[in-house]
Amino acid sequence: MNTTNVVICGVGGQGIILASNVLCTVAFSEELDVKKSEVHGMAQRGGSVITHVRFGKKIYSPLIEEGASDFILAFEPLEALRYSPYLKKNGIMIVNDHEIPPMSVLVGAAQYPQDIDGKLNRRGKTHFVHATSIGLELGNVRTVNIILLGVLSKFLTFKKQSWKEAIKKSVKERFVALNIAAFDRGQFLKTRRIFSSLPE
Amino acid sequence: MKSLLSGNEAVARGAWEAGCTVATAYPGTPSTEIVENITQYPEIYCEWSINEKAALEIAAGACFAGARTLTAMKHVGLNVAADPFFTMGYSGVTGGFVIVSADDPGMWSSQNEQDNRHYGRHAKIPILEPSDSNETKLFTKLGFEISEKFDTPVLLRLSTRICHSTCLVELEKRKQHKIKGYIKDIKKRLVLPAHARLLHVVVEQRLQKLAQFSDTFTYNKIEWGKKNLGIITSGISYQYAREVFPEASFLKLSFTYPIPENLIKKFARRVKKIIVIEEGDPILETEIKALGIKVSGKDKIPLCGELTPMVIRDSFSKKTKKTTPVATIPARPPVLCPGCPHRGVFYVINKLKLVATGDIGCYTLGALPPLNAMDTCVCMGASVTNAQGLEKALGKDFSKKLVAVLGDSTFFHGGITGLVNAVYNKGNLNLVILDNYTTAMTGHQPHPGTGRLARGGQGKRIPPEEIAKGCGVEFIKIVNPDDLRKTEAAFKEALAFDGVAVLIFRRPCALLLKPKPHYVVDRELCKGCKLCMRIGCPALSLHYPEDREKPLAIIDQSLCFGCGLCAQVCTCDAIVSSEKRVQSKSDKDI
Repeated sequence: MNTTNVVICGVGGQGIILASNVLCTVAFSEELDVKKSEVHGMAQRGGSVITHVRFGKKIYSPLIEEGASDFILAFEPLEALRYSPYLKKNGIMIVNDHEIPPMSVLVGAAQYPQDIDGKLNRRGKTHFVHATSIGLELGNVRTVNIILLGVLSKFLTFKKQSWKEAIKKSVKERFVALNIAAFDRGQFLKTRRIFSSLPE
Repeated sequence: MKSLLSGNEAVARGAWEAGCTVATAYPGTPSTEIVENITQYPEIYCEWSINEKAALEIAAGACFAGARTLTAMKHVGLNVAADPFFTMGYSGVTGGFVIVSADDPGMWSSQNEQDNRHYGRHAKIPILEPSDSNETKLFTKLGFEISEKFDTPVLLRLSTRICHSTCLVELEKRKQHKIKGYIKDIKKRLVLPAHARLLHVVVEQRLQKLAQFSDTFTYNKIEWGKKNLGIITSGISYQYAREVFPEASFLKLSFTYPIPENLIKKFARRVKKIIVIEEGDPILETEIKALGIKVSGKDKIPLCGELTPMVIRDSFSKKTKKTTPVATIPARPPVLCPGCPHRGVFYVINKLKLVATGDIGCYTLGALPPLNAMDTCVCMGASVTNAQGLEKALGKDFSKKLVAVLGDSTFFHGGITGLVNAVYNKGNLNLVILDNYTTAMTGHQPHPGTGRLARGGQGKRIPPEEIAKGCGVEFIKIVNPDDLRKTEAAFKEALAFDGVAVLIFRRPCALLLKPKPHYVVDRELCKGCKLCMRIGCPALSLHYPEDREKPLAIIDQSLCFGCGLCAQVCTCDAIVSSEKRVQSKSDKDI
């Protein structure tokens, strides 16, 4: 199997590291070499966050190069745009459509980019997901990460059982049922075609 | 059995497998999870020490007793612990002693980019540099062995991308290490000048032995590829270079101080051209050049920032970098979280136009717009002493507009000495302690103010106000910062007080509490005055609906913590708790 690169990005505090842990655990349980790189500390306090996940036969660098990522899993549209140069040709982006304006926009020093959908779509195939609304619907907005993984899982060949086991290992016991439900919602979304790919 | 471990988890596991029995640290990114993970091994006594100096000295004491000990800190933490670090280079060890330094190239969460490989050279302490989690565990274990064999502490040098990268690690069993017990040896451990003069000779002899060892160390190894290009590298740079130059020959250095001179010479003879790839300063490069070997390195690779495969590729690419233009994207620096107890305090500092000497922690983010409420940030504890310096230079009047701001954990780490100093030297210090009952930035570690211990049990609680009292402070006030009116009044009172005043703003970190019902903006009442935007809450944004002349504030309910600070700032009563709103509506229905 060739190396698969996944960039997971968003705003610090959205559960990006947990999502990358689950993905790594799944790849590991399917007997692949796995590397992941993330940042902690100040970078996590509502700032822009990127995590690199790589799996395949043999991985050296834990970091993905620009133009080399097969997938970008973005928890926020602006962050999807920021890290879109990582996407490789014909790569796929899965983007939560809930916008979180950065402080510079809130204080009026900058503008939130217009027509993000079009800009992203020019970079690669983009799938928008109402993950935040679904999370609120499920009663916990923190499930956004697992909902998005549910969507990603449709593009990967891992067994559903591996995903469920990985979720069980990664979240506290009392949140397992909620997160499995969130994962199912993510997978279910595609079959219901709620998220749409914009025209090429 | 294999498991996925981060570099930090691998250090913890390696220490456990090696029979380590004492581990100490003060939390600091990217090193924090080392001791955090050691808490799962009951065989190891572990603690959050109040600072890195204490941590290293406690570990040194345990090592005097013959125990295998480990202490971990971020790169700037070793500055704090530098004094005992240097002396331990002279004293040597009894039980194996591994000192972990986690550097932060790229400054993801640090105030500088210092390369702590200099420290090994400076203190004449050998350095091991792993390149992934698997090696990190292995080198932690080898570190104890090398330490005991050569009677020296060993510096295990990690970096952010080692600490916080994860890969598969082969797990092994723990081997018990017998503690030798304490044997008095003042010539070794009591560094009087007379003893230290003799010890220095030992240190130089030891370095020569270590240099020989470096040449034979299994993990300083040559991986032959094509002979037209030879790469000498260490640490994470090895992994990047492997991606960028898949066909080259590699000399991978793992025991990087003292360098393996003969091995390097051997490698140099066999390859046509050599590139030294290292993150940070040209340390290996300089030493290799001193051997009379021609190499390329920092003439191409940047000194600043962290390396990535991309940076290395660009450094040696003849083509000019092809950048895909991305429209200007607003930056997203970190911010104080919604519901952060510090926000109200900074709002008042800004409102009263105070000069605020600042410190290291989440609250350093109070410096950013729109709060703009911090003027300096030097190092842990410097807020207190910097303020006293400003006052001594500019006079007492200046102190009426001056506050020193630091967090509770930082106060214990490095603020207490400054407080004692100010009381003793008749300072007019206004010290603001932001007490959120945790060490928040590094992921909520306890400290003496909470009384909780690293493993979760209850120790003795030492409240900051008791320390202030003990230091002779005559004005001490504890305020809940959720109440803006009281917060402002407390500031005014403290600033009017002659002498040292201590204000403690106490409310637990928002991330430790359950959010309250979120707040909502009443469209009818909001006048679009933008006052609420001055608190810099990420949950509040301004919108410009077409049906309105003036802008409208909107609260993102997925982000709102329900602290109600915005409601206190709003002069039009437009912001109310969603809970109250539902109630008042149902009231009407009745």
